[in-house]
Amino acid sequence: MENIALIDWSRAQFALTAIYHWFFVPLTLGLSFIVAIMESIYVKTGNVVWKEITKFWMTLFAINFAIGLATGIIMEFEFGTNWSNYSWIVGDIFGAPLAIEGIMAFFMESTFFAVMFFGWDKVSKEMHLFSTWLVAIGSNLSALWILVANGWMQNPIGMVFNPDTARFEMNSFFDVLFNPNAYSKFLHTIGSGYVMGSLFVVGISAWYLLKNKDVVKAKKSIVVGATFGLITSIFLIFTGDESAHEVALNQPSKLAAMEGLYDGHRDVGIVAIGMLNPEKQIGDKKEPFVFEITVPHALSLLGFHDTDAYVPGINQLIYGDPKEGIEPASDKIEKGKIAISALKEYKEAKKADDNATAQKSLVEFRANEKYFGYGYLKDAKDIIPPVALTFYSFHLMVGLGTWFLALFFFVLYFAMVGKLDKQKLILRLAVLSIPLGYLAGEMGWIVAEVGRQPWAIFEMLPVGMATSQLSVIAVQTTFWLFAVTFTALLIAEIKIMITQIKNGMEEH
Amino acid sequence: MFESLSLLTLQQYWWFILSLLGGLFTFMMFIQGGQTLLNTLAKTETEKNIIIASLGRKWELTFTNLVLFGGIIFAAFPLLYSVSFGGAYYVWMAILFCFVIQAISYEYRKKANNFLGQKTYETFLFINGSLGVILLGVAIATFFTGANFVKTDTNLSSWTNHTYGLEAVLNPFNVLFGFVVFFLARSQASLYFINNISEESIVQRARKQLRIDAVIFTLLFLVLTGMLLMMSGVEYHKEMFSMVKYKFLNNLIETPLILVVLLVGVASVLYAFVIAIRKNATNGIWFSGVGTVLTVLALFSLLGYNHTAIYPSLADINSSLTIENGSGSHYTLTAMSYVSLFVPFVLGYIYLVWKSMDKEKITSGEIESDNHHY
Ligand code: HDD
Ligand code: HEM
Ligand code: HEM
Repeated sequence: MENIALIDWSRAQFALTAIYHWFFVPLTLGLSFIVAIMESIYVKTGNVVWKEITKFWMTLFAINFAIGLATGIIMEFEFGTNWSNYSWIVGDIFGAPLAIEGIMAFFMESTFFAVMFFGWDKVSKEMHLFSTWLVAIGSNLSALWILVANGWMQNPIGMVFNPDTARFEMNSFFDVLFNPNAYSKFLHTIGSGYVMGSLFVVGISAWYLLKNKDVVKAKKSIVVGATFGLITSIFLIFTGDESAHEVALNQPSKLAAMEGLYDGHRDVGIVAIGMLNPEKQIGDKKEPFVFEITVPHALSLLGFHDTDAYVPGINQLIYGDPKEGIEPASDKIEKGKIAISALKEYKEAKKADDNATAQKSLVEFRANEKYFGYGYLKDAKDIIPPVALTFYSFHLMVGLGTWFLALFFFVLYFAMVGKLDKQKLILRLAVLSIPLGYLAGEMGWIVAEVGRQPWAIFEMLPVGMATSQLSVIAVQTTFWLFAVTFTALLIAEIKIMITQIKNGMEEH
Repeated sequence: MFESLSLLTLQQYWWFILSLLGGLFTFMMFIQGGQTLLNTLAKTETEKNIIIASLGRKWELTFTNLVLFGGIIFAAFPLLYSVSFGGAYYVWMAILFCFVIQAISYEYRKKANNFLGQKTYETFLFINGSLGVILLGVAIATFFTGANFVKTDTNLSSWTNHTYGLEAVLNPFNVLFGFVVFFLARSQASLYFINNISEESIVQRARKQLRIDAVIFTLLFLVLTGMLLMMSGVEYHKEMFSMVKYKFLNNLIETPLILVVLLVGVASVLYAFVIAIRKNATNGIWFSGVGTVLTVLALFSLLGYNHTAIYPSLADINSSLTIENGSGSHYTLTAMSYVSLFVPFVLGYIYLVWKSMDKEKITSGEIESDNHHY
């Protein structure tokens, strides 16, 4: 019944649309705040230069916003179209945040967007500023609810399995809402949006300075961008650390892949820079790294806030480590199979009105319920996500995060001492860092989502169980349809943006 | 306070919210209708810009309404979401495609160096307003006419045919439903322009166009209602499903409240047409808006209440979905009910924002002087 091609195409389609959506969302999150700050300066000082600056960035914001909507709507419905079993099995918990997002966030965003964009001469200055802030708040609220949903997929809590409906049902809304994983995720992700917005403003302003165009406005913009960027970069690194801590607590397989850690022990260091051995296979004796530079103690410290903490590696997770109380994955799979057959017996007994058997099967099911998802896996090695992709994505993200902090620092420093125009190298690097910002964000999601494999809901529901029963052709057709459409729209967006930027910051 | 309600009451409450939202969405589709009238009502570039400006300030609300409609089905009736979206795959994907191309068209249409050219973006708007609306009608109509799915004991579903929704366009009722929605959207668009725009040439043409669209709509709607009342539907008692002749007619007779809502709704829409055509009234949109919401509410109520299946299975009648076997748990519906208390608040601020933005009608002067428009 499992159809690998179908699963892979469904994943590919979801990844495609998510990656496209994530091209636009971070800028919305960050730029909305930066624009609101700029407009606040205008309202406070009454200086029309600030109004023109605000309007310029707002135009770019709107171009980006539209395509964020276009890619978002697909994602919402894709849970139904491509992951329909998922939608039923976890819809009771997962659907709620999505609906709340619609009610609380999207309407706020789209209503006040109209005022912000068209209302300059229709409402008072204060009302306009208020609307701009509400757009920023609304966009961050949409991030909150979707990340509560995603955080729950990573660390499912607040629910019970109902054997009669054969699905998970919510039993604590507040557990779902205040899931620590959702929290670190939310803060880190909006943080990445703020950094992206800052990189965008700093990079484009730097381009103006290099071209000696709109210098006054560019300088004002770059100070706002770099200040916001410096503060939010620090925030981003702290919340990134918090995210890693959550991963360490709840998703040891992801952590092992992120670090390329095959053999775990106590007092583990972090690989700061390294190259994985491409020959290495799970279970063999080859060295995992071709070369590596390690910071001692760091992984135990960052992951568990204790230099002596034990960190399980890939081998321990698969083959078990009795000393540290880690069960082999094959045992979990066995128990999962028991849970699956107990559930089946339970359903059959219920149908036959055989209460005694039903009760007995239910007890057996409950005893092994925790491993239910494992029962659908074929091989113990399946519990480990793709190591290389997760490892490199993670390290690239962290490296870039450190670089962005440095960049904002230098830009701000030279702007303060009034020598920014002369720092051609810094300015060029600032322009170059715009695409790097996008790269870092996408890498972050690859860590989070590829690192979650093989699970759709961590340890509960493997992706193979979650798909719709479609033909592969159907999914391929829509995959290509959206690949072509989104690419065309992206080209249009970039061309329009570049033209607007080249036209300069004057009103036109 | 919602905790103490029975599961059934909560299911009915959420079906009501869904119906209301469906009604609001149908009303808001005047945006889509307007998009199909762009070249009919505008003869010059300025006139076109006026129409785009008039629609462009509101299209996102319609869009967001669709998003919310999906979200509410997901949260409140996950099995309906799972079965319909996962099975009628091509139809839903085509609908989404039509909305994707809408989302960028307002913003990109007039921008310099926009890659595809102004004409393409206007075509996108037309496709969204025609194909998008008609297919949406077809997809919703399948909730009445059913589809070929089966579900297992554990409620996992699959379809017995491999056309994944394409077969829905072969059913005359579904297609008629699509066209009814389409002509309603166009009629309401004319009513909206009459109210929102002060450019006499456009208003004149809108009134003329309304005569055509309103008549077609009314005729098609009568046929559709006739077909619906003659149709059989699936009825359930506990877990027993059966096909019942004149199911929707029975529902209408057995629940007079729905009958009243339906009649008031239809009368209100017709009244809007009459005053706009005969009396040159400008406020028709409000009557047709309220009327549309009530009519859709009544139609969805015929579908969801009185032991009726909300999604009959043509392959295996016992797999049919109802508000009882397809809903979220008591806990989730309760939690969501608290959230629903925000809805009046949301409607409130939307109303206030619209009011302040629409204080003055749109004129050609405004469009030519302001550079911050679409
Ligand atoms: C500009 C983008 C950006 C930058 C520079 C960073 N991150 Fe990040 N990171 C993200 C953008 C991002 C993200 C796109 O927002 C992710 C994806 C999922 C999520 O929760 O946030 C993410 C995920 C993510 C995860 C996985 C969370 C999970 O699987 O649930 C970890 C452990 C980190 N980050 C850690 C870091 C650290 C220690 C950084 C140090 C500088 C860092 N990130 C910089
Ligand atoms: C599977 C996941 C996701 C789904 C289903 C989804 C859904 C959507 C939808 C339907 C829209 C259009 C909203 C409208 O009509 O106004 C949208 C836009 C948006 N989404 Fe997503 N989204 C997802 C992931 C994310 C993530 C991870 C974030 C942020 C962290 C995010 C933030 C936003 C924002 C800020 C917007 C509006 C602004 C824009 O156009 O960029 N989304 N999303
Ligand atoms: C917008 C930012 C996001 C990006 C760039 C992203 C990226 C990805 C990628 C690359 C995959 C494929 C993983 C693989 O199959 O190996 C994936 C899968 C998936 N993601 Fe995300 N994701 C994002 C947000 C979200 C959010 C917010 C949710 C849920 C609320 C989510 C839910 C899923 C699901 C259901 C799958 C498919 C099942 C699976 O392969 O695990 N994603 N995503």
